[in-house]
Amino acid sequence: MADETLLSARGLSLSFGAIPALVGVDADLWPGEVLAVVGESGSGKTTLLNVLSGRMAPHSGVTWYRDPEGVLHDVHAMPMPALRALHRSDWGFVHQNPRDSLRMGVTAGGNVGERLMAQGMRHYGRIRAEAIDWLRQVEIDADRVDHLPRTFSGGMLQRLQIARTLVTHPRLVFMDEPTGGLDVSVQARLLDLIRGLVARLDIAVVLVTHDLAVARLLAHRIMVMQRGVVVETGLTDQVLDDPQHPYTQLLVSSVLQA
Amino acid sequence: MKGYNFAYLDEQTKRMIRRALLKAVAIPGHQVPFGSREMPLPYGWGTGGIQVTAAVLGEADVLKVIDQGADDTTNAVSIRRFFGRTAGVATTTHTTEATVIQTRHRIPEVALREDQIIVYQVPQPEPLSKLEPSRAETRRMHGLAEYGAMHVKLYEDITRFGHVAISYDYPVMVNGRYLMAPSPIPAFDNPKMHMMPALQLFGAGREQRIYAVPPWTAVRSLDFEDHPFRTTRAPHACGLCGAADSYLDEVVTDDRGGRLFVCSDTDFCEGRRAAGHLGSEAGAETGTDMAAE
Ligand SMILES: Nc1ncnc2c1ncn2[C@@H]1O[C@H](COP(=O)(O)OP(=O)(O)OP(=O)(O)O)[C@@H](O)[C@H]1O
Ligand SMILES: [Mg+2]
Ligand SMILES: [Zn+2]
Repeated sequence: MADETLLSARGLSLSFGAIPALVGVDADLWPGEVLAVVGESGSGKTTLLNVLSGRMAPHSGVTWYRDPEGVLHDVHAMPMPALRALHRSDWGFVHQNPRDSLRMGVTAGGNVGERLMAQGMRHYGRIRAEAIDWLRQVEIDADRVDHLPRTFSGGMLQRLQIARTLVTHPRLVFMDEPTGGLDVSVQARLLDLIRGLVARLDIAVVLVTHDLAVARLLAHRIMVMQRGVVVETGLTDQVLDDPQHPYTQLLVSSVLQA
Repeated sequence: MKGYNFAYLDEQTKRMIRRALLKAVAIPGHQVPFGSREMPLPYGWGTGGIQVTAAVLGEADVLKVIDQGADDTTNAVSIRRFFGRTAGVATTTHTTEATVIQTRHRIPEVALREDQIIVYQVPQPEPLSKLEPSRAETRRMHGLAEYGAMHVKLYEDITRFGHVAISYDYPVMVNGRYLMAPSPIPAFDNPKMHMMPALQLFGAGREQRIYAVPPWTAVRSLDFEDHPFRTTRAPHACGLCGAADSYLDEVVTDDRGGRLFVCSDTDFCEGRRAAGHLGSEAGAETGTDMAAE
């Protein structure tokens, strides 16, 4: 594993029956870097995210995570308690559908405070103050802190999920189509917000998207997947402005035509 | 006793329950599965506690049975009689004389001792059941001590009501490790579980779980630093014995709306009256059967 990488994968393979979802995938992520994984539907993006984050085990290959003390952890050989602890603190996961992550029967403040409480914070006033601060950071009015998420719009729900994830200051966040399913104007605002937060907090992100415009806006580097294979990888602007692989060229040109 | 084994259950069943109890004592607050048996007792009481009592009872034991603090309810009387008949053990209503106390919904007011065992009847052993319906998931949460969700529930209560709105079965952390349901005792009784000299055993028959708190074990009610756990009781003295620190029941004394606050622990109340303590209503005919046995 190259020095200083936060996350490093080599030779990840995983099939669902006869379908090869991942075929010998290598990936590296540096601290504070946003890496976009792009490709058409079914190309293996979500599967890669699930494997890199330890939510799924590959059939072969290895993923290393370097913790804040510089110790390397084999993500797929980690004991479950350690992996779950990582997901509660150092890591975060932003789902496409915020309802998959939020507790819909719990107030916005309780949702944002949950990770703090899971880490052992036991001061109601401080938890609430942190929650209010995070609602502000994701541009939700502080007076919504006691409201239930079911009164929130789709864009607000996604911003609430982001606040709930970032409240523990994770170093690494996995995002699966975080702007998918939202209106275009709502998407633009959310993308701006994510870009600002990620830069300010110096968070590394693995971002899955089928939308090259999203990758262009947020990502430093890009990985292009086709049928489980990484066909091209490089700096975002380079790959999108001067695609080398025919499949990337096709993706880029179909966006231009759209 | 003819036709019955000692304390009704057969020896093999008692051994199985004792094995579960030993495991439970070894891992304070951890729920241990056991093969619950049918007991010939009134429906509605639940049989988990009774099976535990049957498994720990010896010939020399003195048994006390209370229901909501009272020795004289139909259920308490019939269970006391049941073990009197099937085990031939002595029974008592006096907490200080008992070696085994089988209880539903209360802990006696008098501090228990090292030579006593208290057995709680438990309807729902899983403290996370209202937050997480899946048994597999709650097992995992206990295994990994992931109790954040329980604190979210407390957070929500404080947000909505200004305080934690749990008055019975208030969740506790045992020995700093396992989250435990103390059974539907009032939160008022929770502090008595902390560092109790007596062995505390819990039996849930329908849910087939046994758990335990060994003597001198830390039992902490969940709370927040700035909203510490507090017990509440009706702001009255017992009308019969004048106690100002016991848990009170409100009883209707006549059909004209007359009311009276009295100790829910009947033995405690009688003991105080026998020692000469008198409440404001002492001597008045209360209409409830509070006379000493
Ligand atoms: N649990 C599963 N069981 C069987 N096949 C699966 C499973 N998950 C994914 N697949 C298959 O693996 C391939 C990759 O799926 P994946 O979800 O990773 O794609 P994706 O790039 O995220 O697609 P999309 O853009 O539609 O979300 C697809 O052919 C998919 O049908
Ligand atoms: Mg996907
Ligand atoms: Zn009294």
